Amino acid sequence: MGMDSSRSVCDAHTKDRTIWLAVPINIISNSFAEAVADIPSGASIMIGGFGGAGGQPTRLMLALRDLGVGDLTIIGNVAGISKTTGYGWPDHLDPIDQGMFFESGQATKIICSFPVPGTTNPLSDIEKAWREGKAEVDIVPQGTLIERIRAAGAGIPAFYTPTGVGTPVSEGKEHRDFDGRTHLLEYALTADYALIRAQKADTRGNLQYIGTSRAFNPAMATAARTTIVEVDEIVEPGGIDSERVGTLSTYVDRIVLREAGDPLP
Amino acid sequence: MTSTTNEPTGNDPAPRLGRADIAKRAARDLIDGTTVNLGIGIPAMCADFLPNGVELLYHAENGILGFKDLSKPGEGDANIMDAGGKFPKLVPGMAFFDSVESFNLIRGGHIDVTVLGALQVSRTGDLANWIIPKRGIGSIGGAMDLAENSKRVVIAMEHNVRGDIAKIVEECTFPLTAPACVDQIVTDIAVIDVDRDNSRMILRETAPGWSFDDVQARTEAELTTTGEVGQMV
Repeated sequence: MGMDSSRSVCDAHTKDRTIWLAVPINIISNSFAEAVADIPSGASIMIGGFGGAGGQPTRLMLALRDLGVGDLTIIGNVAGISKTTGYGWPDHLDPIDQGMFFESGQATKIICSFPVPGTTNPLSDIEKAWREGKAEVDIVPQGTLIERIRAAGAGIPAFYTPTGVGTPVSEGKEHRDFDGRTHLLEYALTADYALIRAQKADTRGNLQYIGTSRAFNPAMATAARTTIVEVDEIVEPGGIDSERVGTLSTYVDRIVLREAGDPLP
Repeated sequence: MTSTTNEPTGNDPAPRLGRADIAKRAARDLIDGTTVNLGIGIPAMCADFLPNGVELLYHAENGILGFKDLSKPGEGDANIMDAGGKFPKLVPGMAFFDSVESFNLIRGGHIDVTVLGALQVSRTGDLANWIIPKRGIGSIGGAMDLAENSKRVVIAMEHNVRGDIAKIVEECTFPLTAPACVDQIVTDIAVIDVDRDNSRMILRETAPGWSFDDVQARTEAELTTTGEVGQMV
């Protein structure tokens, strides 16, 4: 198990000085397959939500699996426990989780807070791949994980947190005392792509979320080089109340609309 | 006391409390109006046993504050979830937020009480609850942030593994979740306060039919008392 997450491939990136069009001509992809088509092997990919069906970009995940690219680094939160435990999924559906990329052999690493359920019967796809030496698992405290992602989007290369001091998470990391309390230095975490989920997008790419489906989605949208969003509804500008914009269009590169009546939550 | 109480087993002097009774005892000390995070398992059951008139502001790390009336797992709206993967009903005053804000609440010290399960707790209040070394892989989730930063940390758990292996130990042999963080332990045979300033554990209450010596015999860490030892139920 990889405990040393202090410097990974996903650290804060060098400044990209390319100026993009402020209002892209069209950011709406025609299909989930089209939206993920340029993701290469070896990419690092943030997958939004918390764990469970709500807020998970399930159709984008299925499209990435069908794309078949390999050597992926997945960054998620509760990553692969729904399939074997039903976590966060309605009873009448077969749960889908990030373990799919380990079952398919596409992913070689995961950075997350909760890779495995309490039980090993049946064995989850991530634990199976880890036991077989096919996957590196980097387990990060949830608050540190989300702050590393937030920091990447906010242009902050590193920060101190008290969480993890005195635990295996602290190994190899800089310790520093503030006001008599010891803290760890943790680094920003970015990725090549973020696959996220929102309830609604306008055609510019402003997003609105619903309920607890926010979770890791808004921060991941800010932290990745390319952000792809799965939505249930696309509206014209003004169709999202300006008071209720949860993610700014600036962060959004592509949006894909689900089919009406999609049986997946 | 209730139907959840177990039969005495092995050398136990009396029945141990059931899981629901552990939760009921832990719930008795929760204070009206506080912001509380309940872990999965026995801690989550505390919500079913709040004393009359006590209302808590429940926080779950996936981004929900002020929920209640938990649905059964597997029912309800997938977009209104708690951190245990259950689906609470929408109630007035409930608030949703993202994970950045959720861990601002936790890391910023705004959670009054966290109730968690444990694999081991040491005499000085070290907590180990995320990985069993033999398995080699485990899940941290929000536990390290909650244990390190909550104002008060209560552990609700069974006192022993398989009836005899001590979970309350002199020093944790399992990797830690957070050092020196536990304030109180509620088990199926005892309520123990962790006096971290003096590195000692104080036995406050025992289950009916259990003596100080009975509890000490099933506890690796040295226990002490500072007065009357009460009864848990």
